[in-house]
Amino acid sequence: MKDRKPVVPGWFTTDGEFRLLGTKCTACGTVFFPRQETFCRNPACAGGDFAEVRLSARGTVWSYTNAGYRPPAPYVSDPDAEWEPFTIVAVRLAEEGMIVLGQAEPGVTVDDLTVGAEMEVVPGVLYETDEQVFTTWRFKPTGAAA
Amino acid sequence: MNDVVVLGAGMHPWGKWGRGFVEYGVKAARDALADAGLDWRDIQFLAGADTIRNGYPGFVAGATFAQALGWTGARVSSSYAACASGSQALANARAHILAGLADVALVVGADAAPKGFFAPVGGDRPDDPDWVRFHVLGATNPTYFGLYARRRIDLYGATVEDFARVKVKNARNGLHNPNARYRKAFTVEQVAASPVVADPLRLMDICATSDGAAAIVLCSAEFAARHTTRPVRVAAVSTVTPTFPSATVELPDIATDSSVAVAPPDLSFRASLAHAAYEEAGIGPEDLSLAEVYDLSTALESDWIEDLAICGRGEAEKLLRDGATEITGRIPVNASGGLASFGEAVPAQAIAQVCELAWQLRGQAGARQVPDAKVGITANQGLFGHGSSVIVTR
Ligand SMILES: [Zn+2]
Repeated sequence: MKDRKPVVPGWFTTDGEFRLLGTKCTACGTVFFPRQETFCRNPACAGGDFAEVRLSARGTVWSYTNAGYRPPAPYVSDPDAEWEPFTIVAVRLAEEGMIVLGQAEPGVTVDDLTVGAEMEVVPGVLYETDEQVFTTWRFKPTGAAA
Repeated sequence: MNDVVVLGAGMHPWGKWGRGFVEYGVKAARDALADAGLDWRDIQFLAGADTIRNGYPGFVAGATFAQALGWTGARVSSSYAACASGSQALANARAHILAGLADVALVVGADAAPKGFFAPVGGDRPDDPDWVRFHVLGATNPTYFGLYARRRIDLYGATVEDFARVKVKNARNGLHNPNARYRKAFTVEQVAASPVVADPLRLMDICATSDGAAAIVLCSAEFAARHTTRPVRVAAVSTVTPTFPSATVELPDIATDSSVAVAPPDLSFRASLAHAAYEEAGIGPEDLSLAEVYDLSTALESDWIEDLAICGRGEAEKLLRDGATEITGRIPVNASGGLASFGEAVPAQAIAQVCELAWQLRGQAGARQVPDAKVGITANQGLFGHGSSVIVTR
């Protein structure tokens, strides 16, 4: 069994219910993803202390597109394999007032999506090497309209 | 009276020429100097717009162009802001002139672009948003254009045919531009038949990467009075950053700011760039004769038309369908042919937009001339909160 490793450490939970992880400024309450741990980007806030927070499990589609062509490195893909377009979704998270981009779960195409539709965040695999499986987050339609 | 004057404009034609960016920049600079009726040795300040794909000479473009033109002891600067590099250099030259540190300046941007998608520099850099978006998401620049375009379809009822119409219009304008790379007419059917790059955008909806260069000679009103009787004035150079929390997905970030603690501003980043330009120039969108906007994708031109407040949100396709954005229309957009006809030569493009306005306002734009052009605006966006909007008047 290969070792499983997050594609970037600290961006999502690796056990329990799968969630994206962000940080929250203890002074003003602004949430950051990717995590911010040294200074608050709210210009009215002098905060510098952050607590790790689990981000919303659900959100709504802000927009979506796909990758019709193979992206260049550092995206990892097998150059010999025929290119299969994947879908990218921008999801407005329910609680945080922020939009996060992610790949859609394999099999979800642009035809399955519409602006405003509800999505949930789920675990996924970005790529594998001989030794390791690199894990990531994906978005998947819940089937509910906004 | 904060005006400076565009005394000269020059370009190296866009294309894939296979030569170095310095050669392109020198050609554009010499053309701008000749257009101004000046010698390089008259220039007191040179503002270079940087390119990043050529090692040190690219990073220090200002002095690189100064050395190529011949050292004269002129003051110099170099600016990097991706696609807004040229306007940062322009702003720098303008500020020097307004501060009385120079009477006349040369602004130069040039690039020799790689083929295909832009990609980040090498190494594993999880703290770099540009690296992250490629590595973790495979999100290229067209990914972002696709997101914006799809929103127009789902929210406003825009169609892929509308997007193709932008390409058709801009390509038709570019036919008449000797500096344009593509001088070929397209049909809506041809655009629609090209392969999908980032749904709903096709290959012909997205601008190519090009070689090219543009240069401007900028001077004080006093200096201009001795050199021209038909001054074209720079009435505003807006280079404002977004306001926190920025609520629109912006290249190269993979998430927006959170608005949980602070409500989003009334104006999006792109709209705020234009708003600041109007405030600085003391005019409004109703005063415009034409606009040169950053059509990195066809659909993005429609976003910019609304960001410039030329029409309300969701109304740009109606303008397009009605012919209002044609050269003969009420508010011509991208009379130059835009990026659709030029492709993208990153540090040159924002300068090239100002060149086009200068030629249009002087009545020198030939077959693509906008009748009686008096006021023009540019808009463009670089990376990481860089962008610009320039207003030129006569
Ligand atoms: Zn804070």
